[in-house]
Amino acid sequence: MREKTLMPLEIYVHIPFCIRKCDYCDFLSGPGDRTRQEAYIKALLHEIRSLPHIPNHEVVSLFFGGGTPSLLDACLIEEIISNLKEKFLFSPEAEISLEANPGTLMKEKLKVYRKAGVNRLSIGLQSADNEELNALGRIHTFEEFLEGYFLAREEGFFNINVDLMCAIPGQSYEGWIRNLRTAAELKPEHISAYSLIIEEGTPFAQRKLELPDEDTEYRMYEDTEKVLREYGFHQYEISNYAKNGFECLHNLGYWKRTEYLGLGLGAASLLAGMRFSNTRDMEEYLACSRNAEQIRKDVQLLTKREEMEEFMFLGLRMTKGIREGDFMACFGVSLRERYGAVLDKYRKTGFMEYEDGYWRFTRKGIHVSNVILAEFLAE
Amino acid sequence: MTDQSKIRNFCIIAHIDHGKSTLADRIIEMTGLLTEREMQSQVLDNMDLERERGITIKSQAVRIIYRGKDGEEYIFNLIDTPGHVDFNYEVSRSLAACDGAILVVDAAQGIEAQTLANVYMALDHDLDVIPVINKIDLPSADPERVINEIEDVIGLEAQDAPQISAKVGLNIEGVLEQIVEKIPAPCGDPDAPLKALIFDSIYDPYKGVIVFCRLMDGCVKKGTKIRMMATGFKAEVVEVGYFGAGQFIPCEELTAGMVGYITASIKNVRDTRVGDTVTDDENPCAEALPGYKKVNPMVYCGLYPADGSKYGDLRDALEKLQLNDASLFYEPETSVALGFGFRCGFLGLLHLEIIQERLEREYNLDLVTTAPSVIYKVYKTNGEVIDLTNPTNLPDPSEIEFMEEPMVNAEIMVTTEFIGAIMDLCQERRGQYGGMDYMEETRALLKYKLPLNEIIYDFFDALKSRSRGYASLDYELCGYERSELVKLDILVNREEVDALSFIVHGETAYERGRRMCEKLKEEIPRQLFEIPIQAAIGSKIIARETVKAMRKDVLAKCYGGDITRKKKLLEKQKEGKKRMRQVGNVEIPQKAFMSVLKLDDK
Repeated sequence: MREKTLMPLEIYVHIPFCIRKCDYCDFLSGPGDRTRQEAYIKALLHEIRSLPHIPNHEVVSLFFGGGTPSLLDACLIEEIISNLKEKFLFSPEAEISLEANPGTLMKEKLKVYRKAGVNRLSIGLQSADNEELNALGRIHTFEEFLEGYFLAREEGFFNINVDLMCAIPGQSYEGWIRNLRTAAELKPEHISAYSLIIEEGTPFAQRKLELPDEDTEYRMYEDTEKVLREYGFHQYEISNYAKNGFECLHNLGYWKRTEYLGLGLGAASLLAGMRFSNTRDMEEYLACSRNAEQIRKDVQLLTKREEMEEFMFLGLRMTKGIREGDFMACFGVSLRERYGAVLDKYRKTGFMEYEDGYWRFTRKGIHVSNVILAEFLAE
Repeated sequence: MTDQSKIRNFCIIAHIDHGKSTLADRIIEMTGLLTEREMQSQVLDNMDLERERGITIKSQAVRIIYRGKDGEEYIFNLIDTPGHVDFNYEVSRSLAACDGAILVVDAAQGIEAQTLANVYMALDHDLDVIPVINKIDLPSADPERVINEIEDVIGLEAQDAPQISAKVGLNIEGVLEQIVEKIPAPCGDPDAPLKALIFDSIYDPYKGVIVFCRLMDGCVKKGTKIRMMATGFKAEVVEVGYFGAGQFIPCEELTAGMVGYITASIKNVRDTRVGDTVTDDENPCAEALPGYKKVNPMVYCGLYPADGSKYGDLRDALEKLQLNDASLFYEPETSVALGFGFRCGFLGLLHLEIIQERLEREYNLDLVTTAPSVIYKVYKTNGEVIDLTNPTNLPDPSEIEFMEEPMVNAEIMVTTEFIGAIMDLCQERRGQYGGMDYMEETRALLKYKLPLNEIIYDFFDALKSRSRGYASLDYELCGYERSELVKLDILVNREEVDALSFIVHGETAYERGRRMCEKLKEEIPRQLFEIPIQAAIGSKIIARETVKAMRKDVLAKCYGGDITRKKKLLEKQKEGKKRMRQVGNVEIPQKAFMSVLKLDDK
């Protein structure tokens, strides 16, 4: 009966270092020398140790994101995990993911990860075409990826995600499908397929890029699902595809609004009905992480209205959709009462569908999901 | 009583930018009534908006004292006139209040269409016109040429015209002396019954309406029971006075020949119409001064608040503006596309733009304007005649016998190299050629009879762009003509958008319809479905464009649980929608309604 009384909790740990920042990347990350890295991990451990106790929660997933967490000495990862385990109760089935970049995966590292409890790797391949990799400003080749990928398999990683990016400058529809097939043939358990988005402030935003036109991008996205289906993947979220049973629990948690605690520089949390983020200022983080609550910024207590909005625009990212009954259970208001007009409008026009108590996007709807999701925000 | 022989009542007429306001400033300065500190850069134009546009909207007056070379002290009443064809009637009344006029001509640019129109109007009012050549300090100044032009074109003696630079204050003396010498003194009868011409009036929250007038005969003072002869409105005078620079200076009485103001606790400028005659109710004059007419709006359009909840604010703002502007008309109307708003009537397109800008600037309102329309006369088969100001109200074609549209006589001054281009433009706008006079070798005055609805529809812009800014235009209404008019409707996603309907001549309907569809296609953002945009006459589609459906808008990246950022992106998307108008299923940006007003982009 113990499990029933425990609430699920996810933990995200941010490692803001990489060898070289990619030209499209706008994440909070950048190069950092070894001293810097060690100082950061020290601060991170301070943060972990100073965390207030969160009673009645059980950690169901832990995710190391970045940056490039695999850049660190593996023993640092081990130390972080063991500190977390001291502080929190971990579910025996907890999913522990680590993001890795090709070219940073060595046999010894992988062994340490395994030993520390990492059971899922997410490898940023992005493209199987070395020219495209170069265009993105990535530091690795496809061959280096293969090497790391097989090493990981040898070391016993049986849950691997491969990140791919479409709509890369100069990429053709055929090129994308080729990348997709190349990756799928390696039989990873999970593929994330994102469209490149040009973010302000990145080198890409300053360049004149030859990006695929909208129709091409549409076909790329549309056919990703078809191609991956051939290889036994099913789409379970706007950009995520998995073999049965290998959906990323951590990611799903975000869409289901499971509580999560973000640790490290700039990491975001959802806890006790509040959203907040750690400081994005490295110096402040290094100096103040001993006081976990002091470095939390933009603390926002969500109103019921905001929670309803989140429920919709996050939940609908999942291809399974949102369950009418869950909405009622969460808010004590019927989904129809709150959002009936919008839902009906899009059902009539074929962008959404309702089946067995679930509302979800149709294929037609998922392509333009952004426009529709915006309508669930209040006036 | 003031000695009339020492009074000079005059105005300054000029084309826009030829230096009227600057000369007025210099004259006021030279007469020494103002200290430097009191001097704003342009005393007569006291509305910010006017200064920015370089035009004078409301006429005003100033009284100044000049000690002439003969040692005598003269009272100058300088009456300012609006410089735009929309306000022709006001100009004519201001001129009627004067005995002479200074004609300012730019030494580089010479005579323009507007100059001519104003000079002829001044001559029609029997004013003595003194030419003045301004801007002689400009490198491109050619005073000799301009003198000849004035003599040849207008027929005014100009050899001794003062050559001045109002900007640097050169030879202003010369102008002042000529005012004394050449402008006749008034010669009214101070003992006759009161007869005063209203040439302007403004509303003041404390004093009520302030009536600006020129006394022709008789006198008026506090306690006089006055009557407006046209409107019949009666009131008792509370105060009389004259115009200091930017202020009202009360005095004992106003007598024949003087220019000044009257207040009488009047609540509404509509009771004190420009051109009306003020007389003594107990001892009235035999007949009113000639030339009064009630000015009626010529151009109508719908004004809607961009934010529907600001309807009340818009109504309050219009009410306030109307206190000072008897020619502004408004009444509530409803549009399916735009919601609640007002159908407003204006003297012309400039008047419309000024009101629109004042509403936006002074009252902080965000407006959506529909295409301006003129007043069409619709003769119905049942004998009824309707004045149509809103295309939406056009009766069913089966009930229409025929329609008439207002025409104008237009004069366009243009340098010879652009004659062809401008003639083409007038032709396209259904103009009837009425002749051409050469002003000099390189410039000509083109005469056309044009439908007013062709002029209010981006004609000025087209004129300027096709003549590289060199053409100038003047026009006056000249009655109605029967015309083959049709109502052009715009359908967005098969639904008629009432705010985009307009009346157009049958021959130009296709072209106009096609361009409107093209323009709307640019302005309406892609939505989740394909949107046909059609132009139709009745049930017949004459043009079509399609806004393709949006195919892909997926925000894939959402990393490390940074939901707040994702929500901000969605909020931005939502925010964009707020500036749209929902018509059926389609969201139309507000600026799309305005963009179709200007289609001539040649």
